[in-house]
Amino acid sequence: MSAVTAHVDDHAHDHGHHHHKETFVTKYIFSQDHKMIAKQYLILGVLIMGFIGIAMSLLFRMQLAWPGESFLVFDTFLGKWAPDGVMDADIYLALVTMHGTIMVFFVLTAGLSGTFSNLLIPLQIGARDMASGFLNMVSFWLFFVASVVMIASIFVEAGPAAAGWTIYPPLSALPMAQPGSGMGMTLWLVSMTIFIASSLLGSLNYIVTVLNLRTKGMSMTRLPLTIWAFFVTAIIGVISFPVLLSAGLLLLMDRSFGTSFFLSDIFIQGEVLHYQGGSPVLYEHLFWFLGHPEVYIVLLPALGITSEVMSTNARKPIFGYRAMVASILAIAFLSTIVWGHHMFISGMNPFLGSVFTFTTLLIAIPSAVKAFNYITTLWKGNLQLNPAMLFSIGLVSTFITGGLTGIILGDSTLDINVHDTYFVVAHFHLVMGISALYGLFAGVYHWFPKMFEGRMLNKNLGYVHFWITAVCAYGVFFPMHFVGMAGVPRRYYENTAFPMFDELTDVQVLMTVFALVAGAAQLIFVANFIYSMFYGKIGPKNPWKSNTLEWTTELKHIHGNWDGPIPEVHRWAYDYSKVDADGEYIIPGQDFVPQTVPLQQDEEELNH
Amino acid sequence: MTTLLILAVIVLVAIAIWQMTKIFELSQLRTAKTEIATDQDNKYNGYLLFAFLIFIYGITIFSFWKYGKFLLPEAASEHGSEYDSLMLTSFVIIFIVQAITQVLLHYFGYKYRGEKGKKALFYADNDRLEFIWTIIPVIVLAGLILWGLYTWTNIMDINDDDDPLIVELYAQQFNWTARYGGEDNVLGGANVRMIDIDKANVLGLDEADSYAADDIIVKELHLPVGRKVNFKMRSQDVLHSAYMPHFRAQMNCVPGMVTEFSFTPIYTTEEMRQMPDVVDKVKRTNTIRAEKSASTGEILDPWEFDYILLCNKICGKSHYNMQMKIIVETEEEYNAWLASQSTFAETVLKDDSEPAFNMVQDSNTGQ
Repeated sequence: MSAVTAHVDDHAHDHGHHHHKETFVTKYIFSQDHKMIAKQYLILGVLIMGFIGIAMSLLFRMQLAWPGESFLVFDTFLGKWAPDGVMDADIYLALVTMHGTIMVFFVLTAGLSGTFSNLLIPLQIGARDMASGFLNMVSFWLFFVASVVMIASIFVEAGPAAAGWTIYPPLSALPMAQPGSGMGMTLWLVSMTIFIASSLLGSLNYIVTVLNLRTKGMSMTRLPLTIWAFFVTAIIGVISFPVLLSAGLLLLMDRSFGTSFFLSDIFIQGEVLHYQGGSPVLYEHLFWFLGHPEVYIVLLPALGITSEVMSTNARKPIFGYRAMVASILAIAFLSTIVWGHHMFISGMNPFLGSVFTFTTLLIAIPSAVKAFNYITTLWKGNLQLNPAMLFSIGLVSTFITGGLTGIILGDSTLDINVHDTYFVVAHFHLVMGISALYGLFAGVYHWFPKMFEGRMLNKNLGYVHFWITAVCAYGVFFPMHFVGMAGVPRRYYENTAFPMFDELTDVQVLMTVFALVAGAAQLIFVANFIYSMFYGKIGPKNPWKSNTLEWTTELKHIHGNWDGPIPEVHRWAYDYSKVDADGEYIIPGQDFVPQTVPLQQDEEELNH
Repeated sequence: MTTLLILAVIVLVAIAIWQMTKIFELSQLRTAKTEIATDQDNKYNGYLLFAFLIFIYGITIFSFWKYGKFLLPEAASEHGSEYDSLMLTSFVIIFIVQAITQVLLHYFGYKYRGEKGKKALFYADNDRLEFIWTIIPVIVLAGLILWGLYTWTNIMDINDDDDPLIVELYAQQFNWTARYGGEDNVLGGANVRMIDIDKANVLGLDEADSYAADDIIVKELHLPVGRKVNFKMRSQDVLHSAYMPHFRAQMNCVPGMVTEFSFTPIYTTEEMRQMPDVVDKVKRTNTIRAEKSASTGEILDPWEFDYILLCNKICGKSHYNMQMKIIVETEEEYNAWLASQSTFAETVLKDDSEPAFNMVQDSNTGQ
């Protein structure tokens, strides 16, 4: 079967750039064209799943600010789980769980990587398509099935999974422990299994494409940083996702076949269960072996996009290209040996805690290098403050703010008292949630013309979108650190059972109001997106005056990307504002030198 | 009423967005319509970046001023002061870095906003700069790591020196139980398989284990001040986490294994209630509670400060209300309280056949 597939695929490739008749189904649904698949990921992963994920967070934020209050929206959307419009405690946990799952995996993993890896890898390395268009298509449709199963799980009788997005057993393993651990959890596991298959197919494809299909002259050191980020992200995915798959399968067996991988000595609802000898801590190890790299799977593509957008709009080369590549590699390597910092107080040997503290704080070094390099890239630039650029600057800001508190959480000692409090929630939302979303938005604003045949997003709506989002993101998550340091645990349905948290209600209200406004601001983006898809102004072929190869393609999408031969690359992607010995631009009157322009006479090739 | 308020907010927000778009549009009247940033856009957004910097500082100062007092009071355990100073140092470092980097980032965004004809500096690399900002984090982090590890090792070194009090914290959906070793300060063997609800042996103590007979099982944790406590934690169903924020203490309770944590309380509940921070907090809280009682009609009792044990690992529906009161008191008070509690033998074994109990007693004395 695979031989046949490979054959068909080769065939498609050989003739990829010739005109051939496409039906609606092959063009828009079962498309093997990377540009169409990128758009499919964007619409399903980001717009649809993102909408659901964010909407869920708004619902439970309302419960947190006004506990026990009756709301019409609860009644409308939650139905039987909100008797008289008051949210039920079980559905609160379910919302928290599904919000986490959808945002981390479906929006920021599949949506972000899926969209931009697919769109940019072939276009920026000068390839006609992915190494395997067919596998790419299968990858998307597996993602589609995973999404459908995950959404379907919301509608099962006893409710969706509700054990937190980390689904620690025994809570997730025992249907009698909470209603969400029944059918809902089974569907969660099935959905994630399919999701992992999709992610692996996608990642393998990205890796092979980057390694094998670079155009003439595109050495690894000439790759745009976007590609480096996608490439390394795919590698981390291939290394760590299978471990989550095994954890999920073992959990499925514990649930359905009576094995005891993660369970032991359990007495629940008046009876002793037969499980003996397993350990929930083992599950935590397996989960976080993916879980931590996952943070970087989410973040690295966003950082890659930022590097590219920032350099282009600063009209300056990215500062320290090699250091940027090195720090991506260092982060990727370290990300696979820090998982234990989620488990300092899990009951594992404290000595391991010491080791993981050490590796965790090491990861701050490449992260700091990246932050400083971004700031230096802005220095003495000629900043074109397009919406994409603003989102990139916003990313660096939240990356620093959120990243710094990692120093506290990565320190096993300090983690003791803030572990699983709102301090953690604030930290990771800023450093990976908001930052990755900003990277995603930067990418959408920047490459929208490439996706929709030259149509551009309305910039004024873009500015409004950015500024409201930027203010609200800090408005939600900055005060949240204080809530955490006051000792409020996360995943509490309400805090009224503890008088010591009474005075924090005002903070909760403030955060929720900011969250609601931020949520509403995303509708501006959605409206802008849908309108511009059809009626957006058609801009120039290279609107941001960028050096990379994707802007040498025609506005009109063709299968195979370039109508003629694939362009050859002669330089790195960052020759912005490069001047010759006389202080004149290399190409007179133009402050950028596309990668396809050969080195000029007497021009020195720097930095690679 | 709420619905009306929300609708009003939505309408106002929509108007605000419409107005903001208008402002941006008006600012671009003189230039040709384009979706690419013009000099005007760069100017306005450059100013906004500067304003945003002020906003970040503003919200930081506001949060400290308004919410700083909500933070946990002074640590009530011996290792807590070390914890607090490490936390403070880390925060000082964080705020220095945060202050500098955010200024640079946003100020550069404002200062170098684009203008037609301006030339950016082609500046691609500088090994010395790179070296500097690699080595500075290395040094700072090395310091933090060493200090952190030293403290961590001390906290996690759970030993039997100094005659610690042995207490079991037992977690189940959705409540806590504490068990004291009794006279001998040794916990009797236990396993969920020995739970016998009919006989009220809810912790699954081994009825044949002589050490178990004098164990004391309670629903309120009493600790003598100044004496080290070694906690042994168990859970009977799902993961829980024993979180005692005032003592800077937390450890997960894992079914199938016994986890440990140890600390020495240094202030009694009474002493803690006298601390100025705590007095203020109680006053503020009771004002809020009184207001709420007045407005909702639901009577909230005034609050008195108490140490508290919370569950801090998602464990199901009532996770948010799984708590146990902790009372730290003087040695005498503690002893008096302990003496008034019944032992396992008295509550459970008593109802059993007498001979069995006597045998336990005999074998105990025989050893």
